[in-house]
Amino acid sequence: MRIPRLLVVALVLVVAVALQVGLFPHLSLAGVVPDLVLVVVVAVALVRGPESGAATGLVAGLLLDAAPPADHTLGRWALALVVVGWLAGSVRQDARRSLPASAVLVAACAFVGTSIFALSGLALGDPGVSVAAVLLVVPVAVAYDVAVGLLVLRPLTRLLDGLEPRRRGLPTLAGAR
Amino acid sequence: MPPSPREPDGRRSPRVLVLLLLTALAVLSLDAGLGPGAVSDPVRRAAGTVLGPAEGGASGLLAPVRAIGDLTTGRGTLRERNAALEAENARLRDQLGRADVDRNRLAEYDGLAASTSDGGLQTVQARVVGLGGAQSFSRTATIDKGTDDGVGRDMTVLSADGLVGRVLRATASHATVLLLVDKGSTVGGRLGSDNELGFLRGDGSLAGAGRLTLTTVDSQVAPDVGDSVVSWGSPGAVPYVAGVPVGRVEKVSSSPRQQTRSITVAPYVDFSSLDVVGVVVGNAATTTSQAQGE
Repeated sequence: MRIPRLLVVALVLVVAVALQVGLFPHLSLAGVVPDLVLVVVVAVALVRGPESGAATGLVAGLLLDAAPPADHTLGRWALALVVVGWLAGSVRQDARRSLPASAVLVAACAFVGTSIFALSGLALGDPGVSVAAVLLVVPVAVAYDVAVGLLVLRPLTRLLDGLEPRRRGLPTLAGAR
Repeated sequence: MPPSPREPDGRRSPRVLVLLLLTALAVLSLDAGLGPGAVSDPVRRAAGTVLGPAEGGASGLLAPVRAIGDLTTGRGTLRERNAALEAENARLRDQLGRADVDRNRLAEYDGLAASTSDGGLQTVQARVVGLGGAQSFSRTATIDKGTDDGVGRDMTVLSADGLVGRVLRATASHATVLLLVDKGSTVGGRLGSDNELGFLRGDGSLAGAGRLTLTTVDSQVAPDVGDSVVSWGSPGAVPYVAGVPVGRVEKVSSSPRQQTRSITVAPYVDFSSLDVVGVVVGNAATTTSQAQGE
């Protein structure tokens, strides 16, 4: 059971990275694209818990750091998404109960994720990161991520739930209705 | 700690979190500490080999949507005519932009006119398949040509409108381009009207067309609004070939406190709608002169 699940998560991550870099720039708001990869990490964390969430966050972040055309210091998205995965996994019992709760969770994760990425850039002296740019980008990213999260979080958690070997009364988004 | 019955796999040992955080921090400090490219270049090349084609596929997803739009609204012919007109417009603007420079050059050193890049450039056409979002705080793009087509590091990238940027790294099939508007991009520029030299830096705007700031070598230079700026050219045409139109002076402001002027240049290329670009893989003039020198 474990190998297929890892394969599916890896495949979903690669598709998410490709969409985020290849397709979403055509749909950007003020240059900001939806963080689909972040939403995938949140979905894995909701289904599998904080440890798996953080581990998925590390892999997803490294993919995002290495995928062209990225040119920042490697490890910045990895750091941000490890925290996001842990955070989402830790509050999953509450966040999976209702749609508004998961929207709040995606908003919190988007805020934390993009902020950690931006702050690491400030700390490392990345020339493109300025406080003004951060204040502009982070709110737009949070709003866009919530919109995309509401669309894809439920199908993603369902897909991942289906890969679980046994399901013992886990509260699901579908069960909340 | 045994897992609770309600959470089959929901363990949350802080040790794991610390371990994962340390891994991320280790990658971060390795890449930051070993200098630019030492770690990231091989990693990014490997990732680009796999993810480049995937991005190309994702980017192609919109093509059918565009095609349907053309069919239903009958814009196909209009689009073609528009493309032809845009190309002609770009060519004319290009000529206009070079006119001043070329005249000055001819007057100053007649013989060197032959070595202006006009016509001597060999380019490879490529399409932009990936762009970094504003969250990445940089302006870079992925193009669908790589070392298999002769594209390599530090080559000039241009479009029909003007200079786009330079190649940062290339895999066999794809390459990453640093756009002029990125905050970390600097290119030498020559003012069309009086041949003055300066440096154009990206303003780091994360969306839209973007602007460049020009710092002239001679701080007394006062360009007029509307002056055209062409690339100065690097030694050996790496990374930037000479004489490519870059933009037009949009605003000149000087403060009495500082002795310098701040000059804003609007690039000819619209960086928010990049599609087809050309990579300069060879320059007839340079290759000949190098061949003669050897």
